[in-house]
Amino acid sequence: MSTTTLAVLVPLLPALGAVAGLAAGRRAPGFVRPLAVLPTLTAAVLAVVVAVRQGGRAPLTAATELTPTGNAALPVELALQLDGTAVLVAVLVGTVATCVQLYSTGYLRDDPRYASYAALVSLFTAAMLLVVYSDDLIVLLVGWEVMGICSYFLVGHYWETSAARAASLKAFLVTKLGDVPFLIGILALGSEAGTFRISTIVTRLTSSLADFQLDHPTVIALLLLAGVAGKSAQFPLHTWLPDAMAGPTAVSALIHAATMVAAGVYFVARLLPVFTASAAALVVLALLAAVTMAGSALAALAQDDIKRVLAYSTIGQLGYLAGALAVDNRGAAIFHLLSHGAFKALLFLAAGVLIHAAGTGSLTAMARAGGTARRVPDVYWTLTIGLLALAAVPPFSGFFSKEAVLGAAEHTALDPAAGIPAAAGWIVLVAGLLTAALTAAYATRLWLLACRGEAAVPPAAAPAPAPAGAAAEPAPEPARTSAARTGGSHAVTAPAGSLDAGTPDTEDAAAPEPGATEAVALAAADGTTVPSAEAALDTGRDPGPERGHPHQPPVMTLVLWVLAVPSLAFGLFYDWLPHWLGGGSLGPTLVTSVLATGAAAAGAAVTWAAWRHAVTYGSVDPGPALLGRLHRGAVDGFRVDALYQRAFVTPVQGAARLVRFLDREVVDAYVRGAGTATGWLGRAVRLAQTGNVQTYLSALLAASVVLVLAVVLAGA
Amino acid sequence: MHLVYPAVLAALLFSIGLYGVLARRNAVLVLISVELMLNAVNLNLVAFDVWLRDTLRAGQSLTLFTIAVAAAEIGIGLAIVLQVYRNRAGSNVDELRDLAEPPPTPTGAGAGSDAAEADADKAEAAA
Amino acid sequence: MTAPGFLSPTGVEIAFVLTGLVTLGAALVAVTTKQLVHAALWLVVALGGIAVEYLLLTAEFVAWVQVLIYVGSIVVLLLFGLMLTRAPVGRSPDADSGNRWVALAVALAAAATLVTVVVDAFRTAWIDLDTPQGSTQAIGEALFRHWVLPFEALSLLLLAALVGAIVVSRRRGGPDASDAQDASDAQDAQDAPDARGAVAPEEER
Repeated sequence: MSTTTLAVLVPLLPALGAVAGLAAGRRAPGFVRPLAVLPTLTAAVLAVVVAVRQGGRAPLTAATELTPTGNAALPVELALQLDGTAVLVAVLVGTVATCVQLYSTGYLRDDPRYASYAALVSLFTAAMLLVVYSDDLIVLLVGWEVMGICSYFLVGHYWETSAARAASLKAFLVTKLGDVPFLIGILALGSEAGTFRISTIVTRLTSSLADFQLDHPTVIALLLLAGVAGKSAQFPLHTWLPDAMAGPTAVSALIHAATMVAAGVYFVARLLPVFTASAAALVVLALLAAVTMAGSALAALAQDDIKRVLAYSTIGQLGYLAGALAVDNRGAAIFHLLSHGAFKALLFLAAGVLIHAAGTGSLTAMARAGGTARRVPDVYWTLTIGLLALAAVPPFSGFFSKEAVLGAAEHTALDPAAGIPAAAGWIVLVAGLLTAALTAAYATRLWLLACRGEAAVPPAAAPAPAPAGAAAEPAPEPARTSAARTGGSHAVTAPAGSLDAGTPDTEDAAAPEPGATEAVALAAADGTTVPSAEAALDTGRDPGPERGHPHQPPVMTLVLWVLAVPSLAFGLFYDWLPHWLGGGSLGPTLVTSVLATGAAAAGAAVTWAAWRHAVTYGSVDPGPALLGRLHRGAVDGFRVDALYQRAFVTPVQGAARLVRFLDREVVDAYVRGAGTATGWLGRAVRLAQTGNVQTYLSALLAASVVLVLAVVLAGA
Repeated sequence: MHLVYPAVLAALLFSIGLYGVLARRNAVLVLISVELMLNAVNLNLVAFDVWLRDTLRAGQSLTLFTIAVAAAEIGIGLAIVLQVYRNRAGSNVDELRDLAEPPPTPTGAGAGSDAAEADADKAEAAA
Repeated sequence: MTAPGFLSPTGVEIAFVLTGLVTLGAALVAVTTKQLVHAALWLVVALGGIAVEYLLLTAEFVAWVQVLIYVGSIVVLLLFGLMLTRAPVGRSPDADSGNRWVALAVALAAAATLVTVVVDAFRTAWIDLDTPQGSTQAIGEALFRHWVLPFEALSLLLLAALVGAIVVSRRRGGPDASDAQDASDAQDAQDAPDARGAVAPEEER
């Protein structure tokens, strides 16, 4: 088969798998798992084959006209473009999607809606692969919107909870808010460039022979940026992403870490010449990236829910990607996209297992319960690897990719190329360094709280020892503060301890159905973990007694290790990637390496110190001490939601109330008035019905006399 | 003889019968009034027949038919009146008001009934 | 037909007008009297007056039929009706309904309209009474030569009316003891409450 055929199969297989999965979901439950995993796996393998065959050489392009548009010069074509960027991103998407599907077979194995979930994930994967391979803006838009709707359904997977419903609606509406200008931008770009083909647009813009210029590059770039900001969760349209954590953790890993949010950045990377045509757009992009990464890193430092920390971290890393694009370095952006996709998927999946095991998503509760390393050692190690990659510690993948971004920013700041504003470089560089420190800080905090929780309870903070809790706890004592453990925070010690002991009675009592089997208990924990964590987050950070389960399906652990490999080692390909991605070297430069690593080390050190300090004074969370007066704002995302509430939701609701008032009191008044008037008229006429025949007859004869008179007088 | 004499007599007789139909309470008296009206019509028929010298004697024949129909009508009418009297304990026409609009519902009954009476008066005045 | 003036009435006209006045007066009393039986009796006078008018119009057969059927049977039937519905024999103050004034207005308006129109239309029409128009022979020939089919239909109508009258007036459940009670009560049932009292047990059965 030709490479093109294989590439066509890559998005097609998951789409067919989704259709088959939906069709088979109820009738043949046994086929659901193969139908979910196999097409995606095949697509991933094919994506690898395509990547190998393409091999970073000249782009392959194939097209067939899809539909006429009424303008013969501007057709919509089903076009593929296989360049190095596309095939690598496709490999990433396929790999992560496969991992997520495998993980989901364990994570959601008893979910009653697993079939539709798996089909939607497959459809989502297909859409993403379509976006990656597509060379036509309209076809790309189709994939883009299919991803949007899949995201809506998947975020709302636990639609029994109001948090999930609200989050899915919010995700949908906020991304659509960006998609409307995006659509306009695509149409404007298509009409100005005279084609919807991305490769043609790029060729025309970059060719030195043809003197082709867009008439309104800034307008188009800003319109497209709105859609990108919505999809990639960049400020100010980032607010949906933290809320989207109400979905299953696997969905968070797939959509909100590795693929969908990367689509926006990927789109910019594909159309980078359009953006570089406008210096203003680049500065705006750089500003957005800077605000996004710094703000989200601060917010991540204050979050209590592990998934929200990761969500804000995703926003921040996407800010890096946007920053790299703002300094016109596509290679660095794709490099970081790939490595971030790998380690963020790893982090989310590990967090899923961790939540699974701890029975709560709250970091504070995890810290108080402790025992992560002992109970789920695989998670402990893979989470550590992921966080090291996130914090850009050499030699993990995150270090190299982030260095590529910062190096590109430094290069632009000090030695700007033609048409690329140096301001963008400086903005990205400063914000990037600041964020590097903050990223290291929140990664450290996450690690300390989630994995080193046992050491968190100091003797000074211990209330009166709870003998029952202590007696019921056979858990091994940590080495350093073994004495402190006896007074452990009694709110969570007893259930956690009993779970540690694996006492079946207690566990069953915690499950909704007494006497339930282990599988049912796991299902209950599965179905309620995330919502309960969300609820706990919303109601004052007091998770209360939580459920948990010590046994994880082996497939989930396997996936974690599979993903840990690229997180660990992908960065070493920095020398090899430019061959695929084009552009200059992606190797780390000395200055930025030293600066960024130093910043990261400083951030980590400060966090550790703050943590020690906090532990001494009875808290487990170093966040408040680190952030100081910023903490309150950072907890709720710097009140962007409240701002939106005031700026959009309240006026819209007010307008709706006004319309309702007008409808009920003004428009309906006419309708009701017509009814009431008719009723009154009817009542008046009814009064004539006295039942007295003689009255009727009198009226009848009087009327006939009148008629006769009228005839006579008219004839006279 | 002037045709006006029988014609005016018939018109006046008809009006008297009309008054009786509308004003009498007793059903039998109403029937009596109806007979008066029928006779007024008969008188007209005969007068015009004589005036026109109709060879078919259509007016007089119709008068005979009318008399026969009136006899039948009186028979049926009296039977109905009798039945009404038996079932209703009275044969007053203005008490047979089963087809009247039922009294308004308690909500706003006072105003409604007042309005009803006022309206009934108004209707009678108009008639 | 030269129409003579109204100022030189013939003898027939004088007789017609006088009889008409009597007829109108009797009819007026019949529809206004408070005594129900008297109304029926005054109706006899009015119908008789009409019969005389028929005679004056040379319609002798119709006149005799009028006397025979109306005066002879219909009025008797009405009297029976009054009796069976226990009409009070004396003056009954509520013989007229509250609709009286409306009825008067309507009747006067109708009378005025009709008289005006009729006078206006037939002011000059003159009836030649020299050759009798309504002899029995002539009527019989016309009736059984030209009107025989309606005549036969009329016999069916009468039969149907007969059957209908019987069916309508028949008591459900057949004759029973309350008939005698009704008859005995008929004389002294002066007011409605008594009549209702007599009928109520019958209704309950």
